[in-house]
Amino acid sequence: MLEEKAQRPKAESGQAGLGSAADARPVLEVRDLVKRFGGLVAVDHVSLAVWPGEVVGLLGDNGAGKSTLIKVISGVYRPDGGQLLFEGQEVSFASPMEARRRGIETIYQDLALCENLDAPANIFLGREPARRRWGLLKELDERYMLQETQHVLEQLDIHIPDLRQPIRQLSGGQRQSVAIARAIYWNARLMIMDEPTAALGVAEQQKVLELVRTLRARGVPVILISHNLQDVFAVADRVVVMRRGQKVGERRVAETTTNELVGLMVGAERV
Amino acid sequence: MAKMVQQLALPAARVKSRPLEIISRFWSWLFLLLLLLFFSLTGPGFFSFLNLQSIVNDMALALLMSLGQTFVIIAAGIDLSTGFTMGFAAVIEAVVLNALVGRLPLGLALALPLSILIALGVGTLPGLVNGILIGRLRVPPFIATLGMYGIARGLGFIFSGGGQPVSVQIPGVGDIGNGYLLYYHPAVGFSWLHTPVLPPGARPRDLVSILPFPLIVAIVAFLLCHWLLSRTRFGRHTYALGGAPEAARRAGIPVARQTLKLYMLSAFLASVAGVLYVLRFTNGDANAGDPLLLDSIAAVVIGGASLFGGEGTMVGTLIGTLIIYVIQNGLVIIGIDPYWQFVAIGAVIILAVLMDQAKARVLSR
Repeated sequence: MLEEKAQRPKAESGQAGLGSAADARPVLEVRDLVKRFGGLVAVDHVSLAVWPGEVVGLLGDNGAGKSTLIKVISGVYRPDGGQLLFEGQEVSFASPMEARRRGIETIYQDLALCENLDAPANIFLGREPARRRWGLLKELDERYMLQETQHVLEQLDIHIPDLRQPIRQLSGGQRQSVAIARAIYWNARLMIMDEPTAALGVAEQQKVLELVRTLRARGVPVILISHNLQDVFAVADRVVVMRRGQKVGERRVAETTTNELVGLMVGAERV
Repeated sequence: MAKMVQQLALPAARVKSRPLEIISRFWSWLFLLLLLLFFSLTGPGFFSFLNLQSIVNDMALALLMSLGQTFVIIAAGIDLSTGFTMGFAAVIEAVVLNALVGRLPLGLALALPLSILIALGVGTLPGLVNGILIGRLRVPPFIATLGMYGIARGLGFIFSGGGQPVSVQIPGVGDIGNGYLLYYHPAVGFSWLHTPVLPPGARPRDLVSILPFPLIVAIVAFLLCHWLLSRTRFGRHTYALGGAPEAARRAGIPVARQTLKLYMLSAFLASVAGVLYVLRFTNGDANAGDPLLLDSIAAVVIGGASLFGGEGTMVGTLIGTLIIYVIQNGLVIIGIDPYWQFVAIGAVIILAVLMDQAKARVLSR
């Protein structure tokens, strides 16, 4: 299984120019999704669609159901009702690994990186290329991992001076970048980012938002969860607002204001 | 602009931890050097070929167990059962060898390899149980291996029939365990594997023996473990498991299976040490490995591994083992009560853990 995953389909890496035929179909479609925890309805008949090359902001106060919704999409939870369509096909993920295998990459706040390992080791974690040494013993192909890492970081305009140091030594933004680079390298078809700028300094927030734009330019759609309305206005094309498990509004960013969105989040205004 | 700020921001984060990182990486080398210097100046006969060789010779068994302990500790675990697993394997080796010799044809040539295979196989079973308990059933490593500590100890005594070491009175066994790769005598030159027949008049005390058999096994095991840890997927996954188990799981690393392999490897290496013990001392003693448990954990920690997991190297463990055996040997040579050895090594362990914690604190800041 590892061998199979280690073979990265290179031809598919540039999806930006798939043309209008592919653009006509959403990458992800959520239809009438329901998720209950006992008596609590955490996600209450929510529908949304994400189109190729689009950044969708997911907004909502604490407990609005954003996290539960993305956890259903990324395979952590199984839905109690509704449908999930990915690239036109109905899907049902038994685990986050299955979702990832389909190309849904989720970048959580805790990053899911090994801080004691360097960037190449993290990018290839669990899918390390190995070469035979003396015909029988398999050794890690460190040089290939380093080259590929340099290559993907260059593509994304990410600069890390010393790739061989454990990523614990990197700044928060650089670590975030490594996590994003990993997803890109393994050909993410949809990226879900949970509060990607929460723990970062101002300059680093900008860098991460720049990365989100880079992803969009490459045709990879992004679902961005954030408390920070500024972030959402800076990069999102469209916003979906949730409150108490329900979708209470959907706006094009160009056609809305901070006040309107806050109103939707706290319940002062309805669609 | 963001690019520039990033590059400016990074060195600041690094400078804070660099000096401490360097000290914590190399203090064990420095400490070993200071010990060698100190004992060379104060202990007559310490710095001689014979004595230095006896230090590395004595540490072979402890080194084997420390290698397994290194894997386990890097994966944020601990193996408290390694000492009695070693004794258990020694008892099995002695009992099986006694039972086979005389019943099988070809004498030792068949009975010895067969008994070794059985002892290594049976001796790895405690590791199998540890690995299932810790990897699949989520029992904390400390508790699982503490339980196995008691179980292996009891089984060792039960199989040796009444608690006394099982004596192996078979001619030739001790020759293997106490043999050397190479002998040198000024009168006859070099001879491989066998002590040379000395011409009349040559003094037997001029004979120099080089590379004892258990040490060769330990060196080969060290090289293999070093390669496994630093160059293979297995090693990489061990670091990942200790550094961030959740990240390792999400990356698709089979965490339970990796854990199982690690504890089996530790028990296997302890069993190798148990077999070597029988070959060297011609008896199987259930207690043989008990004092080596402390040594194995101490060697790993002194060698720079973190008890929090994710850090450590085989070279570090080698240095750590050397430090322990230099202290033990040196204290005897300068004529200090042997019980002070325990005090000294205990103090060194605590010092090493304090360094580890200080490092973790600085790095997490």
